[in-house]
Amino acid sequence: MKAENVSKRYLTPVILILLLALLIALPWFTRPYMVVLLKTILMFTILSLSWALFSGTTGYTSLATAAFYGVGLYTAAKLGNVLPVPLMVLCGGLFSFILAAAIGAITLRLKGIYFAIFTLSTVELIKNVMHWYEINVAGVRGHRILHVSDATVFYYLLGITVLLLLVTYLIKRSKYGLALSSIGSCEEAAAHIGVNVITLKVFTFALSSFFVGLAGAIMATSINYIDAYIAFDLNYSFFPTLMAIFGGMGNLFGPVIGAVVFSYLREILITRFPYAYMFIFGLVMVLTILYLPNGLVGLYQTIRLKLKQANNKKEKTLGGKHASTSS
Amino acid sequence: MQVLQVEGLTKNFGGLRAVDGVDLTVESGEILGLIGPNGAGKTTLFNLISGTIKPSAGKVTFLGENIFGLKPYTICRKGLVRTFQSCKIFPELTVFQNVILGAFFGTSEKKSWEQAALQTREILEFVGLAHLSDVPAANLTLLDQKQVEVARALATQPKLLMLDEMMAGLNPAEVEAAMTLVQKIRDQGITIIMIEHVMKAIMNICGRIVVLDHGKKVAEGSPKEISTNKKVIEIYLGE
Ligand SMILES: Nc1ncnc2c1ncn2[C@@H]1O[C@H](COP(=O)(O)OP(=O)(O)OP(=O)(O)O)[C@@H](O)[C@H]1O
Ligand SMILES: [Mg+2]
Repeated sequence: MKAENVSKRYLTPVILILLLALLIALPWFTRPYMVVLLKTILMFTILSLSWALFSGTTGYTSLATAAFYGVGLYTAAKLGNVLPVPLMVLCGGLFSFILAAAIGAITLRLKGIYFAIFTLSTVELIKNVMHWYEINVAGVRGHRILHVSDATVFYYLLGITVLLLLVTYLIKRSKYGLALSSIGSCEEAAAHIGVNVITLKVFTFALSSFFVGLAGAIMATSINYIDAYIAFDLNYSFFPTLMAIFGGMGNLFGPVIGAVVFSYLREILITRFPYAYMFIFGLVMVLTILYLPNGLVGLYQTIRLKLKQANNKKEKTLGGKHASTSS
Repeated sequence: MQVLQVEGLTKNFGGLRAVDGVDLTVESGEILGLIGPNGAGKTTLFNLISGTIKPSAGKVTFLGENIFGLKPYTICRKGLVRTFQSCKIFPELTVFQNVILGAFFGTSEKKSWEQAALQTREILEFVGLAHLSDVPAANLTLLDQKQVEVARALATQPKLLMLDEMMAGLNPAEVEAAMTLVQKIRDQGITIIMIEHVMKAIMNICGRIVVLDHGKKVAEGSPKEISTNKKVIEIYLGE
């Protein structure tokens, strides 16, 4: 019994470390295409995890992810030739943090749908101001960006993903994680038992956006050319939201699973059905929201619970003969 | 000693003056009842004192300190906590998580998990919810949910506890239980203001009663004085 507990406790970390080792080794023995695909998957994983960290816990649906991703991309465009890559990536994160803190301070008083709409409008606003500025003031449109190898970008993204997972895990098990859930549950009550809701919301929003900025800055080095319309593409707001919901937010790894499955599907669909892929996507989402309110992770948990119950019943009727098959 | 002092507190909602120049003092260790017909402004008065909404005018002094217009979390950390008329617990969280949140955030003091958990277990024991510690709050009966809200408020270590219609919706036996709990809390040295429509509770456990009508304070006195007060009888019969 005791040995079983110990092995269970170490199972998840061991699997995670093995998985990480596998990912680290991957660029050496796979086709280059695989690394490119993994880059996209990791990028969406970071965006979904970041979305779940703030929106998933507090219930404030942010559609501003594209703004922070775009800030990351533009940081690389402006500073990529001036700063060494690590510093440039860090700047992307910091600028996103600052922008998110500013947006948060203004908009987090808004509730529900108003917050979602405001964040969505923010992306459009930034995109159009940037576009206008480049054409009318700067006189140039778009940027070429310093190129970094796919494997390097992959390692950066992997590092950011691990860091973000760690941060999310630590927050979730701290008193602040509990406070974030209390905001999602009943914000007014949270405020009246001493939770500084505004500061906590703004800080968490900014922190989650920091990682999006990091991802944007390093991903930019794989793109030859960006302009405002490419950088502030609303799909970077919608996809992470959908992926996190698709994967389920009741578990740390829900958004990861959602992002992996979803971005892989997206790659296949884009190449096979370039015209119908958004349609199929939409359909999958509609079905998810209707039938899987807690996402893939929720589905897995339900099935496991059902199996357990079924087994318990069997054990009862068979007098425990099949106890050994129950786990 | 005076715990709370309210002077000329006023709130306008557009043309409606929901609270109209209310003066109120609360003495340390008492249970003060706040009554009045529906829409009299009782909850609004709580909202103004606890920082839920900003007052239009007046003065609020808590333990000698001006708390007029402060944010709810600041007021809570100073030792003034309130519950809500429509019970506001965190339904998705367990009873334990509900209460430990109060312990963590309700005071300015930094606490370790162990300290906060110990305090939470003591409070759950005190209100009689220890056996429901790990149950999601949504699954509890109304009485238990209200007790969770009170336990969570107690975890913030208040000097003054403001209860908004704690007895509403409870059956007679549950009202008895709630009355006992309120008295037990007072015996811990916590001052209480309670809004209540259940007259039996008010008359039995309050040392003093304040009556509001149309946002104005119309009477104040012992339960006996209030029950024979002409104005009060008029208000309640005139309805
Ligand atoms: N946020 C608000 N905006 C506008 N009017 C409000 C607001 N809150 C309360 N009111 C009005 O103020 C008046 C007082 O309401 P309040 O809730 O304080 O009454 P109450 O004494 O608590 O009544 P009850 O016994 O029914 O709970 C009512 O007419 C109510 O409609
Ligand atoms: Mg009321």
